[in-house]
Amino acid sequence: MTSTQPRPVLLTGSFGGYVRAAAAAGQLVVQPRMGMSAPAAMRAGLLATRDARAVTIGTITLDSYTRVGDHAAVADTLARGIDLNGYPIVHFAGDTNDALLDGLLGTGFPIQVRHGSAAPGAIFAAIGQAGLAASEGGPVSYCLPYGRTALTDSVRHWAAACETFASAAAGLEPHLETFGGCMMGQLCPPSLLVAISVLEAMFFRQHGIRSISLSYAQQTNAVQDQQAIAALRRLATELLPDVDWHVVLYTYMGVYPASPEGACILLEESARLAVRSGAERLIVKTVAEAHRIPTVAENVFALETAAAAAGDERSLSYPAVDDGEVYAEARALVAAVLDCSADLGRALRTAFAKGYLDVPYCLHPDNAGRSRSYLDSDGQLRWAVTGAMPIPGRRAERAGHRLSSANLLSWLTYVGRKFDSIAVAARLSRPELAGGASARPAPTPDQGLVPASRRSTFA
Amino acid sequence: MQPVTGANALLERPAPVGLTILLTGVASDSHTWNLVFLQLLFEESGHRVVNLGPCVPPELLVDSCRAERPDLVVMSSVNGHGVPDGLRAVQALRRAADLAELPTVIGGKLGIAGVPGSAEVRQLVEAGFDAVFTDADGMQPLDAFLTTLAERTTLAGIEAS
Repeated sequence: MTSTQPRPVLLTGSFGGYVRAAAAAGQLVVQPRMGMSAPAAMRAGLLATRDARAVTIGTITLDSYTRVGDHAAVADTLARGIDLNGYPIVHFAGDTNDALLDGLLGTGFPIQVRHGSAAPGAIFAAIGQAGLAASEGGPVSYCLPYGRTALTDSVRHWAAACETFASAAAGLEPHLETFGGCMMGQLCPPSLLVAISVLEAMFFRQHGIRSISLSYAQQTNAVQDQQAIAALRRLATELLPDVDWHVVLYTYMGVYPASPEGACILLEESARLAVRSGAERLIVKTVAEAHRIPTVAENVFALETAAAAAGDERSLSYPAVDDGEVYAEARALVAAVLDCSADLGRALRTAFAKGYLDVPYCLHPDNAGRSRSYLDSDGQLRWAVTGAMPIPGRRAERAGHRLSSANLLSWLTYVGRKFDSIAVAARLSRPELAGGASARPAPTPDQGLVPASRRSTFA
Repeated sequence: MQPVTGANALLERPAPVGLTILLTGVASDSHTWNLVFLQLLFEESGHRVVNLGPCVPPELLVDSCRAERPDLVVMSSVNGHGVPDGLRAVQALRRAADLAELPTVIGGKLGIAGVPGSAEVRQLVEAGFDAVFTDADGMQPLDAFLTTLAERTTLAGIEAS
């Protein structure tokens, strides 16, 4: 698939506007999860992302010490010559961040900062100081799955950070993405992902943000995922009328296929899902992600593979999928939360305390922990037990649907095994496709950067 | 930082026999599927599980051991920092006079490179772990350890009564 259309060049620094323009031109925006410790490596990664043969947005993912606010550990680790697992934007505030972004700001190449913090004040300050205006997270999704911060504290931190972020970015349009559609990475039924994503978007809006993306992570069944994204779009249309919003899809976040071919086919499948469901942006996963931090070349390969698959899918016609029961369940969950309080932060706290929102298998003390999900025989995620949530559960009757350590392991590895099998079948039937449908070899870890001279077009 | 608010059994009717196991992640590790899987596995064998969840600092581990009086502490780590984080955690337990003898084991993907070397395993044992289970071992050695400990705990209970 080729095209001669140029990348939309926007001088306004509008993240949402860039995605909107790409969507209007029929292009899926693709974005890596990239984060490097050293400024030179981080800059090389941003440049390679910009120059990939795809419509891209750059990513700066922060390290886990900055995530938890341990800035002393950042300084200590770097002083000992050890690389962090991401870019420490707070530690490098000032000249280093300025040099990192020199010549990149205001050029129509948006950059998003990704972190995972339940107390993002210092991070948001550093983002604004660096001249950037896009980040992601949320009071629920950056709190419950990963740590021990109380939900009350996370809500307070996020409210303050949103308000600072909304007012600080001079001449830029602040943009926030909900991470709520990615809760737990896997095994959370789509209706709850959709509900939390919408509720976090409403929380951002209540605290002054007017440009928002709503996330959803690819799960275990393509039809169910398409229903979920349709439900997400319908709820956003209903509940965020005065917001510039789009949907961002995450390539599968759970246990990944072991084979590079299987990983590649899963990535392509996510790009096709994005196109079929109208998601405007895709966060890709590399073949290496499950094993180690990927190289720049592996990231570029993933971006270009996803963009090519999206282009192929756009040339096909496909039947529309209705939003099915996912919409009805998500709507009931959102309504139950909105009934708790007009203040979204208070409503979210009350809803979790009462179990109206109850994330399955989430161990956080503020999660009720009574809900259970399972993977049905058709690969769809189902509720077995819903606790106090205003939606029906259905008791799992079959042995393979009951909760046990063996079944849990099989559910967690279902997608990985499925795409490994598809890769084997593809290899047997069409050996020429043995690098994924794009038939391009994946870069090896020791391979250098692809030439960055190819100034990107809509490839 | 929140105290532990109580244990939620994952299975509907875990058998009320067996050991009380305090299951915990280590300080820098935010992963939880490993903890959920182990809780199910232990409950299926009839043990009661107190699951502290991810990112447990040493002080919280010590406080929770005093509150719950477990028969065994199981630490699980998969983020590659299991050796330094595990050392700090077990040293905190062994410094506390009332917890110095509490059976404590660690397992998972312990090293950055996956399987830790024998020097690292020795370091963990010398710091006070009763056993170290690496990713390559599978679940059988941990299972055998639990069986032995459960028998010993039952015998001690009979002798004490």
